[in-house]
Amino acid sequence: MSVKSYRDAINECLHQEMERDQTVIVLGEDVVGGSGTEGGKEAIGGVFSLTAGLWGKFGDNRVIDTPISESAIVGAAAGAALAGLRPVAEIMFTDFLGLCLDQIYNQAAKFKYMFGGKAKTPMVVRMTTGAGMSAAAQHSQTNYAWVTNIPGVKSIVPSTPYDAKGLLASAIRGEDPVVFFENKLLYMLKGEVPDEPYTIPLGKGVLTRQGKDATIVAFSRMVHLANTVADKLAAEGITCDVIDPRTTSPLDEEMILESVSQTGRLIVVDESNPRCSLASDIAGLVASKAFEYLDAPIKLVTPPHTPVPFAPNLEQAYLPNPDKIEKAVRQALEGI
Amino acid sequence: MQLNRDQLEKAYRLMKTIREFEERLHIEIAKGEIPGFTHLYSGQEACAVGVCENLTDKDYVVSTHRGHGHCIAKGVDVPGMMKEIYGKSGGICGGKGGSMHIADLGKGMLGANGIVGGGPPIAVGAAIAARNKGDGGVAVAFGGDGSCNQGTVFEAMNLAVVLKVPAIFVFENNGYSEHTGVAYAVGSGDVAARAAAFGMPAIKADGSDFFSVYEATREAVERARSGGGPTTLELAICRFYGHVEGDPQRYRGKGEVQRLRENLDCLKHFRARVTEAGLLSNAQLDKLDTEVLDLIENSVQGARSAPPPAVETALADVYNAY
Repeated sequence: MSVKSYRDAINECLHQEMERDQTVIVLGEDVVGGSGTEGGKEAIGGVFSLTAGLWGKFGDNRVIDTPISESAIVGAAAGAALAGLRPVAEIMFTDFLGLCLDQIYNQAAKFKYMFGGKAKTPMVVRMTTGAGMSAAAQHSQTNYAWVTNIPGVKSIVPSTPYDAKGLLASAIRGEDPVVFFENKLLYMLKGEVPDEPYTIPLGKGVLTRQGKDATIVAFSRMVHLANTVADKLAAEGITCDVIDPRTTSPLDEEMILESVSQTGRLIVVDESNPRCSLASDIAGLVASKAFEYLDAPIKLVTPPHTPVPFAPNLEQAYLPNPDKIEKAVRQALEGI
Repeated sequence: MQLNRDQLEKAYRLMKTIREFEERLHIEIAKGEIPGFTHLYSGQEACAVGVCENLTDKDYVVSTHRGHGHCIAKGVDVPGMMKEIYGKSGGICGGKGGSMHIADLGKGMLGANGIVGGGPPIAVGAAIAARNKGDGGVAVAFGGDGSCNQGTVFEAMNLAVVLKVPAIFVFENNGYSEHTGVAYAVGSGDVAARAAAFGMPAIKADGSDFFSVYEATREAVERARSGGGPTTLELAICRFYGHVEGDPQRYRGKGEVQRLRENLDCLKHFRARVTEAGLLSNAQLDKLDTEVLDLIENSVQGARSAPPPAVETALADVYNAY
């Protein structure tokens, strides 16, 4: 066990899984970097350095620089998976999902079902997500709800270095296509991470704070904001369960329903736009399956239904923050 | 011609099987027996068989919405395909895929595909897998002239060239992108020239001539197997039926289909060629015709009498159906 950043935890996982299983390959734009330049290969190792060191160790056949062709990247991953490899594709920003979505939702997601259960499609598509860097409307989005809507695909939204490494290993070793959303503001977050490989089961949430007055469900970076609020309220004697589902699909419904049945109050914090979001999905889940336990209206803390703005003050106004979450919890406690 | 008599018989049998499979579907679909959208391959048989006779089970094929011919040529079970198209249990995909999604991974058939241009990126991935396995396998992406206008296809062709993987892009140019003519929809009208611009050999061949397709593919497969990278084949061919069954084909010229059937029937060409060369006799070919018709009849009867899939299978084959 040692302290590692979220980025280093993911990089370490890729190294270890590629060592463990020679069918694991990595492909994407600049995952090696420098191909075809005077400076030469391994110039970059991924724009956020997530794939650093892989090419030197595993070579051209397993660490593949691609042209800027998102559809070909994900489609090639799907085809390689059908043909026996375990590809890990990198899409630089989740905002480019629109360029490759067909290969995810019409192809990889459906092979197993359409082909009568005969196909396995073990592939992972890693992509960065989230606002907060003034990267503006086309490099900041949070659209894991789109992927969650697709049957057959798993969706992972890790919030800590420990979870990132263990969940990615599970994704790589599984038999289904997975989209793995890395929040780019978390890359430098540090935490305790075992040095050896390990897996975390998909579909199992984690209770990051325990309490009796309200349940806060939060995803990815929002988990840390929810924890901050829970700690502040605890000083006043108000205690909250904070649930990090860790995967949006499959979703740990049981943990959420169990908690709400104890606390009677639900606040969902989601960085997605609000319509057809994880927030609305979980509100619907609780309203339909745990209505009798609710003592207050369900509170949703999300951005407005706008693109992500550029100017730092506008972007901060857009994002959920601890103040907004605290206000929502207090309203829930007041039953309004 | 390097093919022996057994190979010629097999090629004819496969082409005839595809033809009779499709002709029979045309009849049964009109009776309302078959659910869904079906796109028939009649007229294009020499393309599928001419290509696939160069392949083995270790080689991959990615097909299209008009995929029955590619499936049969790649060795997929014909009665199982018929059941699938009828939406019955025992279908090659359990009745969950249908005409546009027939796949048989064991045969290297990675799926027909309902998305025009969806297949070529997948074929490049299969070609990466083949390269990494080092077993000399290749991956073929079938497509039509319609797919040559999709960006995904350009992405796939470029990626195959960049990675120099054993991929072969086969464009069956049948003159129609659904209900729109190539003369309108394909700028330049030259599919092979587009592929060549990505930096790979691009060969044009007569898609109604089995031998022309076979030879062009042989060269492409040899190059791919020996590490020489991708090739594109543009096969000039015609479609005897509409885009989809039920298409009234008002875009056709007067008497066009009749002319095509008279002049560009790959089965007639094949028969004439092998009998004139003394390689196979008309009697041998007639016997194959009878066997094929029996197979199709049995397949239809088997599909008709098969029960529908058990309802609970609708929730299987996703990790969680909620």
